[in-house]
Order: sequence, then C-alpha cells, then structure tokens
Amino acid sequence: MAEEVKLKVQNLYKIFGPQPKKAMKLLSQGLTKDEIFKQTETTVGVQDASFNIHTGEIFVIMGLSGSGKSTMVRMLNRLIEPTAGQVFIDGEDIVGMNNEQLVKMRRAKMSMVFQSFALMPHMTVLQNAAFGLEMDGVDKETRETRALEALEQVGLDAWAQSMPAELSGGMQQRVGLARGLAVDPDILLMDEAFSALDPLIRTEMQDELLKLQSKSKRTIVFISHDLDEAMRIGDRIAIMEGGRVVQVGTPEEILQNPADEYVQAFFRGVDPTNILTAGDIATDKQTTIIITEGKNPRAALQRLITQDRDYGYVLDSERIFKGIVSPDSLRELIDDSDQKQLIQNAFIADVGIANSTDSMQDILPDVASHPWALPILSDAGEYVGAVSKNLFLRTLHREQYDDQSETEQSSNGAV
Amino acid sequence: MRIFNFDEQLIPLDEWIQTFVDWLVLNYREFFQIIKVPVEISLEGLEWIFFNLPPWLTIAAFAYAAWRYAGKRVTVFTVLTFLLIGYLGLWEDTMTTLAMVICSVIFCAVAGIPLGILAGRSDRFEMLMRPFLDAMQTTPAFVYLIPVVMLFSIGTVSGILATIVFALPPIIRLTSLGIRQVHPELIEAALAFGATSRQVLFKVQFPLALPSIMAGLNQTLMMALSMVVIAALIGAGGLGNPVVQGLNTLEIGLATIGGLSIVLLAMVLDRITQGFGKK
Repeated sequence: MAEEVKLKVQNLYKIFGPQPKKAMKLLSQGLTKDEIFKQTETTVGVQDASFNIHTGEIFVIMGLSGSGKSTMVRMLNRLIEPTAGQVFIDGEDIVGMNNEQLVKMRRAKMSMVFQSFALMPHMTVLQNAAFGLEMDGVDKETRETRALEALEQVGLDAWAQSMPAELSGGMQQRVGLARGLAVDPDILLMDEAFSALDPLIRTEMQDELLKLQSKSKRTIVFISHDLDEAMRIGDRIAIMEGGRVVQVGTPEEILQNPADEYVQAFFRGVDPTNILTAGDIATDKQTTIIITEGKNPRAALQRLITQDRDYGYVLDSERIFKGIVSPDSLRELIDDSDQKQLIQNAFIADVGIANSTDSMQDILPDVASHPWALPILSDAGEYVGAVSKNLFLRTLHREQYDDQSETEQSSNGAV
Repeated sequence: MRIFNFDEQLIPLDEWIQTFVDWLVLNYREFFQIIKVPVEISLEGLEWIFFNLPPWLTIAAFAYAAWRYAGKRVTVFTVLTFLLIGYLGLWEDTMTTLAMVICSVIFCAVAGIPLGILAGRSDRFEMLMRPFLDAMQTTPAFVYLIPVVMLFSIGTVSGILATIVFALPPIIRLTSLGIRQVHPELIEAALAFGATSRQVLFKVQFPLALPSIMAGLNQTLMMALSMVVIAALIGAGGLGNPVVQGLNTLEIGLATIGGLSIVLLAMVLDRITQGFGKK
C-alpha cells in the first residue's frame, strides 16, 4: 500500500518464563505452544508477529483473552521487553534503545489509555490530565492550560478540580483519554480502553473517539476483544490467536476472506449487512449490461435482446452513471417518432441509486422495491456495479452458512 | 542406639560470641562512641525543648495536634492525661520519655523509610532484609542490652539505640508493603507517559504509600514506648524509672503510676499519629 508506515512490527516474539532461549529454539523446530509449555514451563506470549500500522489509521488488534494482544501492545512502548524481533517507530528500532532514549521516545511520540483507567488516585482530574506533560518537565502553567484543553475535548473541563474517585467509570475513562491527548502524541495506544464500561457508554466513547479522530488524525492502536467494537472503529484489524497474528486486513476483507476457521468462527455471529457495503458486494458483470451514452437506441435494444437482458445501464465515456434502459422503454422511444432518438429519452424514471459506502442494510429497501439491480456509484458518480435481489440474498446466505457448505463457498468465490 | 551424641560433641558458639564481643569492645569501643554522637546531639536538643517549654505550652501544643488530627474527644483526653501526669509528679520523667521516644522515631524514620522503599522495589533486597527484621523484632532485648552497654556505656543514648533496634522493623515493613501495594497499572501508566524510575517513585509510589508509611510510623512509635521500661534498666531515665524503682523496692504504687502514665501517653500519641495517615 502507498500509505506511510508509522509503526512496523517485525518478527516480534515474547516468551514468558524461566527458559526463553530454549523456548525460542523449540519454536524454530516447529513445536507448538502447548508442547513448549510442557517441556519448559515457559509460555509463548507472542509468536513471530509482523505487521505495519499506517499513519493516521485506527488499527485494532483483536483476540480473545490469552491471545497475546495485551502483551503485543505493551511491546509497542516496551512496557514489556520483547524476547526477539523489532518494533520500528518512524523507522527507528525501539527495541535497541537504551533507557534514556526509551523515556524520550515515550514522552515525544506516544501515550496510552488503560482498561482499568489507571488514573492517579492522589491527583485531581486536571493533574491527571497533565501527568504526561509533568513527566516531560513542562512548567505548571503551560501543562495545566494544555491539560484543560484536553479535558475540554472530552467535555470534562468543569470537573478539573475533582478527584478521579468522584467520577463515574465513563467519566474516568474520558480523563484517561484526555491524559493521552494532552501530550499530543503521534501514536495513541488504547488497551481495551472501553471494555470496562457498560455497553451504552462504550458506544458513546467509540463515537467520541471517532469524532476526535476526524478532527485530528492520529495513529491509534486499539486493543479489543469485542468484534463489534473492532468493526465499528477499526480502519484495519489484526486478529490474534494463541500469540500469533492470523490475519490483518480491513473489516470487509477479513469478513469476506477469513484466513482460517478460527477467524471464520469469530465472525460467525456478525450481521454482514452492517459491515459489508454496497461497494463490497456490487458486481458489474453477469447481472447487468453496460451501454455507452452515444449508442443509438436501436443498437442498444439489439444488444439487450441478444444478451437476453431485461435492463441496460448507461454510462458515459468516463463511466459516470447516466440511467437505466429496458427493451420496453427503448421500443417505446423507437415507436414514438416525435421524440428525438437519443438514448437518454428512454431512461426509466426514479431508478434509485446508492453510494458504494452505504451498508447492505442501507440499500436493502431500494434493492427490494425495484425490479432491476440497484446501481452503485462512487462518490464521484462513477458506476461501480449493481446489486440485484439475487446477489443480495446470496451474500447473506454465504455469510451465514459459510462454515457449513464448502462447495457453495467455492462456487461463490468465482463471482 | 544413639545417632547424635549431643552430650559429647558441642559447638562452642557461646564462647565464640563472647570472644568476638570482647574483641569488639577492646578494639572498637571508640568507633562506637562516635556513632553515639548524632543520637546524643538530637536527644539533647529535644530534651532542651521539652524541659524549657512551660508545661501549659507543651499541653497546648499536644492539644492542638490532637484537635487538628484526631478530633475533639482525643483533645480532651490529651489535656486530661497531661494534667494527670503533672499532678502525679511525673512531668519531668514524661518529658524525658517523650524526648527519647521522639528521638528514636526520628532515627527510625530516617533509616527505615529509605530501607523500606528499597525493600519495596526489590524482591532480592526484601529477601535479604527479612531475617534481620525478624531477629530485631524477636530477639529478647535483654540479650543485646549487655553488648550495647559494653559498647556505648550506660545512659539515655544507649537506651535509645536499644529502642531503635526494636522499633525499626515496623516502619521498614510497612513502607515496603505500601510501595508494593501500589497498583501495577499505575506504574505502567506512569512509565507509558515517559516517567523515569525516580519519577515513578516520587510522583506515584511514595505518595500512594504514604498512608501505609504513616501506619508504620505509628507502630514504630508504639514499639518505642514499649521499650521505655527496658531502657530504664540501662539507665535511660524517663517513665521507666519509677517502674524499675518500684519493682526493686516492692513499691507497687510507684510502679503502677509509672505504668499508668506510659499507657496513657501511648494512647495519646497513638490517636494523634493515626490521624497523620488519614489527613
């Protein structure tokens, strides 16, 4: 991808326990995590992880408890020392840094939000928000101004003088977020940041985060065990299982092409109509026929009849969508000699269109109410493809019964 | 059949120790006399204060501390205790004891809090420390009173040194405990924001361990008070004196008023210092 790499993880390992060297050797011999634990009482936390995180994206690392995701995020700022491998931030390997360089890097480039909030109970909300700046030696006046700005961003400036214990869980995590934002980091690490909050507050905080992200693009590494959360906020997702990164991709990519059964099982409960967009499923083959704008109506009719199609999609030379014609509408135009024989006069009225970023759920009413396949356009108005009722149902069917029928999966894979 | 001949082969550890202490006294007595100096100076300063302050001012000062840290009831109790002690004729002994106890606690805090912090941050240091702390708390004071006297001669300073040995462990233990009880996520958070080890200690661990350190200080104070009578055996003076004197001459009344004063003083100091940790 052309995007700028902010954070690069390369062959990263973390082995906990008494014999890390021996465990590394056994790993290279191809033994599994369980076998190694039996032999050495040593736990493989993270195994050969490699991925890139791009500037300005929300990168979600997802996995169940014990999958190594919390270990992973702590290796990104070296709260946990990697056993082997490299972590590059802006091209600099942080694993090789000495203590002084590490402290400097943490102050300059990153901050962290914790699942348990981890606010200092002996400090006020304002002092907590200013904590990172205080560590960096910023003078009191400046850091309090900046901390107050950060608190404003999360809507808690009125609580600056309160103690954390006086706030609700959601508010405490807002303070945690403000503390992370106050240092104006390039990279924000969020370790299950919203998992301890009740569902309603969690959604609210996710929206808040997305809102903040739309204002100023940071690189966010978000750890989560919650698939819905990952789908909702993640630009890209890495799925971890048993210490390994099993798949990295956009939510759509992973949903449509799960790397293995584990990933597939993970996604089984997901309602695809929320995640897949019209653009993901639209196809410009098979169900539709493309007619360029200049064609005369007779030629167009001829093509529809020979191809045995009920509808034709008219595009200009730039592939901008213009309208839909049918054999009936074309015949009507040809028979009506008073009308100019231009193809746009045969357009069916109110065909309905959808944007490629609309979710399947959004386009369902339009797909259902028209006999033709719903044309899907890009933001620039280019024709991306069309979604027919048939295609819509097949997509639903595939997502829900994927794991049960292998044959169906492979036949659909060719679409 | 006998496997172990306990009667025939003995380890002469007692003789070795005897020889060692004799050697120490013979060669290093002057060195130990120098160690005494800082304690001597602090004690003299404290005694000067307590003996020159008019009793009403001393009572007022303790009453203020009680009111500030422990509430009205303790204030009334404090005033009544000091008045009773005065009218029992034990005012001067009490002032000597206060100077001794406060002096011991200051030295315990100065040595104990840093040692406790080290023990709290290093498992190895804690392991190393533990047998010494156990020994200091359980060795009967009489065992080390004699060598202390031999090395430091009799008097109040020797009494304070013996008191420090006994009263030091709680503040080390509770400081270490306080440091260890700081939630690891708070340490992680501090580190994640670029705190140095020093900043972690002074901005996070120490302030959060403070209530526990204060509890340690309170315990150290109580232990120091409990040594008053034993210290009197080596000529330390103070409220232990009437007790020891009463025991020697079988004057039960005298021993009792001495004991009563110690108990009341202990209660006053305990209530006030307990308030330190909370406010």
